Amino acid sequence: MELKVRLFALYRERAGGSTVSVSVPDGATVADLKDEVRKQLPNLAPPEVNIVVAVNTDYADSDVVLRPGDDVCLIPPVSGG
Amino acid sequence: MIELTEKTLDPEKITAKVRRDSNGAVVTFLGTTRDNFEGKTVVTLEYEAFDEMAVKKLEEVRQELMAEFGLEQIAISHRVGTVRIGEISLVIAVGSPHRKEAFYACHKAVDRIKEVVPIWKKEVYQDGSRWVACEDHEFSPTDSASTETHAH
Repeated sequence: MELKVRLFALYRERAGGSTVSVSVPDGATVADLKDEVRKQLPNLAPPEVNIVVAVNTDYADSDVVLRPGDDVCLIPPVSGG
Repeated sequence: MIELTEKTLDPEKITAKVRRDSNGAVVTFLGTTRDNFEGKTVVTLEYEAFDEMAVKKLEEVRQELMAEFGLEQIAISHRVGTVRIGEISLVIAVGSPHRKEAFYACHKAVDRIKEVVPIWKKEVYQDGSRWVACEDHEFSPTDSASTETHAH
């Protein structure tokens, strides 16, 4: 399936756009998505930095299974306040 | 009582939302934009939010604190967009029958917001800019020696 992944702040700037299309097999998990994102965008984050993923506006653990149409977002380290 | 806005924050107005005759204390926290970082002059700040999720997480923080401290009135407003130096970027107002809970809840609210709410600030300097909390600004795969870790 093809997922439209949204990017914010630092990740948006590094990727050069606010969305990126990522292709993962049916039944793929958040961990699979992260692997694919790193392949597609090696400049996004250093290997030792965990890329945080939100699915449908909640933080998602690595084992969460993705479905077509999910709202998938990559969340750089937050710095509100 | 959650607000994400590009407009100037009015602390008095936000504080008024949590005033009740049954409350003996109100604690209001103001987060203001600082003009320096490690000796560099910050010219302005740019706040970006993942709006839908930020509002949802702010409300979760609010609910969590009201439950923990047995409170009924907490108001949180966060600014987004360009915020000039010395302006208010965050207002948290806590109304409580007694002062102790108001102080604790307000303190914890700031900490939780900085942990879980998808809002990012960029410090703009005369000669560049930096997304705060991201320590890997110099990162590129061909230049891995300059990378640093950050916890999140």
